[in-house]
Amino acid sequence: MRVALVLVIILPFVIGIGLFLKSRLILQDVSLWELLFSSEWRPLSGKFGFFPFIVSSLWVTVLSLIIAGPICLLTAIHLTQYADNWVLKIMHPVIDILAGIPSVIYGVWGTLVIVPLISNHIAPLFHTDTSGYSILAGGVVLAVMIIPFVLNILIEVFKTIPIELTEASLSVGASKWQTIKLVHIRKAFPGIISAFGLGLSRSFGETIAVLMVVGNVSKIPGGVFEPGYPLPALIANNYGEMLSIPLYDSALMLAAFVLLIVVLLFNLASRILIIRTERYR
Amino acid sequence: MKRQTLIKAEEVFFRVIMFLSSMIIAATLFLIIFSIFYKGLPSLSWDMVSQTPKGGFYFGKEGGILNAIVGSIYLAGGSTLLSLAIGLPLALFLNINIVSKKRLVNAIRFFLDLLWGIPSIVYGAFGFTLMIYLGLKTSLLAGIITVTLFILPIMVRAMDEVIKTIPIGLLEASYSLGSTKSETAYRIFFRQTIPGIVTAILLSFGRAIGDAASVLFTTGYTDHMPTSLTQPTATLPLAIFFQLSVPIREVQNRAYASAAILVFIILIISILSRIFARKFQKNQIK
Repeated sequence: MRVALVLVIILPFVIGIGLFLKSRLILQDVSLWELLFSSEWRPLSGKFGFFPFIVSSLWVTVLSLIIAGPICLLTAIHLTQYADNWVLKIMHPVIDILAGIPSVIYGVWGTLVIVPLISNHIAPLFHTDTSGYSILAGGVVLAVMIIPFVLNILIEVFKTIPIELTEASLSVGASKWQTIKLVHIRKAFPGIISAFGLGLSRSFGETIAVLMVVGNVSKIPGGVFEPGYPLPALIANNYGEMLSIPLYDSALMLAAFVLLIVVLLFNLASRILIIRTERYR
Repeated sequence: MKRQTLIKAEEVFFRVIMFLSSMIIAATLFLIIFSIFYKGLPSLSWDMVSQTPKGGFYFGKEGGILNAIVGSIYLAGGSTLLSLAIGLPLALFLNINIVSKKRLVNAIRFFLDLLWGIPSIVYGAFGFTLMIYLGLKTSLLAGIITVTLFILPIMVRAMDEVIKTIPIGLLEASYSLGSTKSETAYRIFFRQTIPGIVTAILLSFGRAIGDAASVLFTTGYTDHMPTSLTQPTATLPLAIFFQLSVPIREVQNRAYASAAILVFIILIISILSRIFARKFQKNQIK
């Protein structure tokens, strides 16, 4: 048991160190700054600029939260405050199943439904022409994927609000909605922020589903209808060829390392925020 | 009076959009399942599930996806068993041996939550470096090791949440009757929470069978049946991913059929875990 415990505790460090050791090769040649903020990606001539991929990642991640955030917040309030029993009976299994669907299935759904929807119906509304394989498609698919995740955390957050607060608010004459708006949301605010933070980090690391709908063109995207190429997709797409060029291999491992660090920091910040709010309840 | 109606109107407005957003989520799930089955079920036949792909690598028009189904079950089954062997003692250890050290237990939980947040592609990349370090080739074994690392935190945390619900009184009663720690762990705590632990195992199995990014580097892909731990092995998620990108209709149909099978498996897992979760709630000591 102690061995298992030690294994679990050293695992993230081993992952971090392993990836870092592999990425040291490229860091000896080029500075980290140059790698992260140069936009020239030509592996065969030794140019590894991650900037377009980082920008794409930010685009799809932020977009997914813009779509999923309000829906999750509204649904969480609905389910914890207003929903009838029959709605709960439907929604609990729905959230569970959504959380269990593998990302590759979301990807297939994206190519079957979202991509044609964007190219045939949404893009014409904005007078643009697109294949549908775009930042927007990636954002929508990611939004659906993080909804069950964020929603579950938000429901937990709203459940921790003490009943006395609600009673006090109602007894001074506030309506139910006023109580929710002025008491619950304010009280739950740190929890909401951390739920969104965890959602962001989940989006940031998601690979296959995004890869299937986002288009994978390595240039800085100029808008939501243009294709992008997020970091995880870059790693996943190039695993076959990277072995032959040591520097390429090293660059992709650096990408994985950056991904790990960003996700861990986001997770750390969000979880600490949750724990602190629970303590001062 | 006017203010009152405004307040009322605002509440009604928000109640409507809140209800709508719940319904959007439910509708999206039905749309996902419907679109996958609509595309996948017509291609699903006995040949599809009983034969391996025939013809060239990726491009054969004949045959089915038996290799991916079997490969996925081997991979998910192997890694679930392996992480059960590590995870169950660990979860029991947290709740019995060191339960009095609250800070330590909470720190470990926090740590496991962090591990849960690491994206599977990072596990994949790490598994790949580990593989090279150990001198392994892309193989079923490398896949099982990587996926085990990936699902271990999920399984331990899920079991921990279940075991945590056992009241401390049961622990004290067991000790006072003279049981040792391990007797308490396996004869009392484990037995009491079996349905909940099965739910945790099912959850981990679902994760293991559905993840593509962690097996992409490590398990590889092949048209053949898996015969040994050291061979590359096809899995359902990668069967979907690779075959969908081939511009031949018959091959793409195999991808859609694989998707339908994968969704079917996930739905069954979800139903089973609901049944066990309900059973667990009935058994729970308040």
